[in-house]
Amino acid sequence: MSDFLLEIGLEEVPARMIAWAQHELLKRVELLLSRERLVDRTGSLVWTNEGLPPGLHDGLSLNGAQVAKSFSTPRRLTVLFKDVVLKLDDAKERVEGPPVSAAYKDGKPTPAAEAFAKKVGASVGELLTVEKPKGKYLCAYVERKGRTANEILAAELPKEVLGVSWPKNMYWRAGKPERFVRPIRWVVALMDSEVIPLTIAGIAAGRLSRGHRVLHGEGAVTISSASEYKETLRKAFVIADVSERRHIIRKALDAAARTLPGARWREDAALVETVVHLTEWPTVILGGFEREYLELPEEVLVTVMRDHQKYFAVEDAEGKLAPHFLAVLNTQVDAEGAALIRHGNARVLRARFKDARFFWDFDQKTPLRERVNDLHSVTFHKDYGSYWKKTQANLGIANDIVDLIQVKGSTVDRGALHAATELAKTDLTAELVKEFTELQGIIGGLYARVQGLGETVAQAIYWQYSPASIGDPIPPSVEGQILGIADRLQTIGVMFSRGLEPTGSKDPFALRRAANGIVKILAESDLALTITELIGSVPELVNAVENAGLESRLRDFFRERVQFWLRDVRGFRYDVVNAVLGNIEYGRVQLGWNDVRDAIKRAQDITAKLGSADFIAISAAFKRIKNILRQAEERGYALGNWADIRADEAKSLRSAIQSLADGVAKLREQRRYGEALALIATLRPAVDTFFDKVMVLDPDEKLRGANLALISGILDNFSSIADFSEIVTA
Amino acid sequence: MLAAQSAPTLKPSALTFQDLLFRLQAFWAQRGCVLQQPYDLEVGAGTMCPETFLRVLGPKPYKVGYAQPSRRPADGRYGENPNRLFKHTQFQLILKPPPANVQELYLESLEALGIDLKQHDLKFEEDNWEWPAGGAWGVGWQVMLDGLEITQFTYFQQCGGLDLDPICAELTYGMERIAAFLQDVDSIYDIVWARDPDAGVPRDGSTSRGRETGATVTYGDVRWEEELQFSVYNFEMADVPRLWEHFNSYEAEAQLLLVQANALLADEKASPRERRRFPLLPAYELALKCSNLFNLLDARGAISVTERVGVIGRIRNLTVGVAKAYALQQAVEAAPSGVSS
Repeated sequence: MSDFLLEIGLEEVPARMIAWAQHELLKRVELLLSRERLVDRTGSLVWTNEGLPPGLHDGLSLNGAQVAKSFSTPRRLTVLFKDVVLKLDDAKERVEGPPVSAAYKDGKPTPAAEAFAKKVGASVGELLTVEKPKGKYLCAYVERKGRTANEILAAELPKEVLGVSWPKNMYWRAGKPERFVRPIRWVVALMDSEVIPLTIAGIAAGRLSRGHRVLHGEGAVTISSASEYKETLRKAFVIADVSERRHIIRKALDAAARTLPGARWREDAALVETVVHLTEWPTVILGGFEREYLELPEEVLVTVMRDHQKYFAVEDAEGKLAPHFLAVLNTQVDAEGAALIRHGNARVLRARFKDARFFWDFDQKTPLRERVNDLHSVTFHKDYGSYWKKTQANLGIANDIVDLIQVKGSTVDRGALHAATELAKTDLTAELVKEFTELQGIIGGLYARVQGLGETVAQAIYWQYSPASIGDPIPPSVEGQILGIADRLQTIGVMFSRGLEPTGSKDPFALRRAANGIVKILAESDLALTITELIGSVPELVNAVENAGLESRLRDFFRERVQFWLRDVRGFRYDVVNAVLGNIEYGRVQLGWNDVRDAIKRAQDITAKLGSADFIAISAAFKRIKNILRQAEERGYALGNWADIRADEAKSLRSAIQSLADGVAKLREQRRYGEALALIATLRPAVDTFFDKVMVLDPDEKLRGANLALISGILDNFSSIADFSEIVTA
Repeated sequence: MLAAQSAPTLKPSALTFQDLLFRLQAFWAQRGCVLQQPYDLEVGAGTMCPETFLRVLGPKPYKVGYAQPSRRPADGRYGENPNRLFKHTQFQLILKPPPANVQELYLESLEALGIDLKQHDLKFEEDNWEWPAGGAWGVGWQVMLDGLEITQFTYFQQCGGLDLDPICAELTYGMERIAAFLQDVDSIYDIVWARDPDAGVPRDGSTSRGRETGATVTYGDVRWEEELQFSVYNFEMADVPRLWEHFNSYEAEAQLLLVQANALLADEKASPRERRRFPLLPAYELALKCSNLFNLLDARGAISVTERVGVIGRIRNLTVGVAKAYALQQAVEAAPSGVSS
């Protein structure tokens, strides 16, 4: 049993791609080793993750002991496996041949038998037979020589490495034999301390790795054995362990920020991940900029620092931005070098701030109000038209939404909403947005504020793109929420009506994200809106002939988004989610996804009941009812009249239904789902007794029809909160 | 602000702008590169010069370097912005095919410029490149030195719509940025372009500095007027109808040549000599003219967003057309290294 190390040496891999590749390489090599039986995986096998984002893995443990671990830096992807078999045992393998019936004719071997004997290297007389379900077959035992791990790895490992998927690949060798993210420059492959003779992308594996480009220099680093990999690299100024680098960076940021009284670095997990994957030997320097730049909006300053320079912002004890930045370096320098680097970084930052201030001042010469017509020349989508056209459509949708919610008694500042919607896209023509595209909307909001358009207008514009991702907050104001919904809904309508909806993993216009934004706003706001009401305001629906099927495609799309929201974002059990949304085919739940907040409430209340024995039993009964009704339908049995039931058990079930139905309906209306569910659960004794004593599918047609009507009545009366038959009870 | 009037705070040891170019040229010449002079047509980037755009096509290895003044009319700022120029200088290097140690060579070239890598922070950060009007793209990095992008490093994958084999490495050094960084000046116009080692009296008339530093000529002295006047022309005065006329006329001539080229290259009876002498290089120059005119029209705000894609497509038809024909022409017979019979 040996330690197996593989290091793929690369030119700098894009930071955003490393974590996934590290995860994928580990999985691929593990699959290869277990498939080829080079590792024994009997026992409790658990993928682990210390250093990568949630959902990815960088280690594997077997019965609690780590058996595999992966590493990465911008210049390398590495896997290390313990307890790898060096050579497989020789084995006797049974090989099966033609059926005996075809092997002999008139007692003599046929050519098929001869050919089989030749194949296994035996005479026909030496062949054995084996009994199989379809009859007797010839067979023979063949000696298979166990291959060595080196043979297997040499043959299979290159395919696994080159099979790692990258968002963007390149060729580098003449003849274009392979594609990878960046050129592979070295390969270390060791079994304990022995080099495994294999070749990947024309590079023969060896034991020579490389250290940090500058701190160690370009000379080779000899890895004497697999188990010494990490420590050997450390001596060459490379921290191969991702979680260790992250820890170092966080500590260094803390320490550097602490040199300013009361200051903290502004937490930014995504930026931490980026710099983790941009460095092999991270250190941190604290730099400063002139106080005058603090007059620029914080959003602009932070964006320049984070997105353009990958610096961390620093805030004072009150949480206000301080005139400092923290840069994560991929090197270690003395005081003189630190002064130089600090000076250089500050110089770049100052130039960028100067630019930003120039653009800010320049943009004020043309207020947002004067930019509306400029939107004619900003393309939203080439087949649709300009942002001006989109703005007009957004105004229509926003207006419809206001009509909908005012009917239900909500108040909206219609004038402010109109102004915000009309001006929402005008910042696309601003120089500052051209420079910092990620600040669209935010810049518009800031400009609206300084141009005196009122706080409601400014806020709505500012927040229009939030939530951009699941974790972002929704717009704080009703007007902002409506603008956010209208803008996204318009985009979805346009794209769907042109057949540009997402398919599989392809979603070029980020429509799923747009719909997630709508769902989130509906879920977390007080807007009294249903999804079907919103879909009804999509302008493309007016042209019903041309857009046949559009409405149902939109409904399916939003149903899927609500399902995603409940399951993946809110973490409800999948069966609870299915119950709440309703089974499309047999369910009595109508449009269970339509009212998002109501769906969440129902899911919560059902989840709370999952521990109740009565509730579980009732759910099982609902499933049984559905099965019986399905059978009846298949056999062509019609529902009868429940007045015709005869058995006492059936009668008491009927009166139980009758006495509960109104109460449940009332509670449902008041959205007191917990109480409604408790009430429904009281049906259990009656239902249980009924099924114990009564044969539903009675031979007598009238009786059978009555029974079916009775159980169908249960579904009709008590399935409006959820389709309980979806609940998994076992 | 007239930056040229402010006295530069030059570190005595820092190289002048032209020294930096000398050093880079010498460095790469010593490593076997052909040194070319800047191309004598308006281009937006060194990539567009035939020494890159056409040489990267086909199988023949080539190594070339040149300093290319690159025009981007829309980036002009009347000489008022310390960081932005209408015309900047790229040192453009093509290594076809790229050697396995291309990154190490690049780092050595930085050291040749006097950059002590042990005292700085250097990162290769993902930055992919494409030139849609040239059907060209590649993957690579922006090389960041203490937070400043000093070089675009690209592995060309496609050019003129053609897959490259072998691929090549393209290094584009931003010379003004590197000079401003090394000389530690906040304005490009303060970069010392040249220093007269023998002049006893600096140009500002003072005598105190004398022979220690020599008289200096700044970037502003050399180029400021050009930035100002071209900004005026590009943004205010270039005659839009006439620019369109030029565009259409150059395009028509390029198209005519391409039609003839394609007929000739498809003609099996045409002799290798006939094919080889066909003027595709001039056709490419006509395409470059169109590209520059497009940039001018763009700076004049004369190209609407909807038109934009279409015009880029027209230029692309020319560049891709030339590239395809050129690749065919090269394949007819290996390009002659001297005068053929």
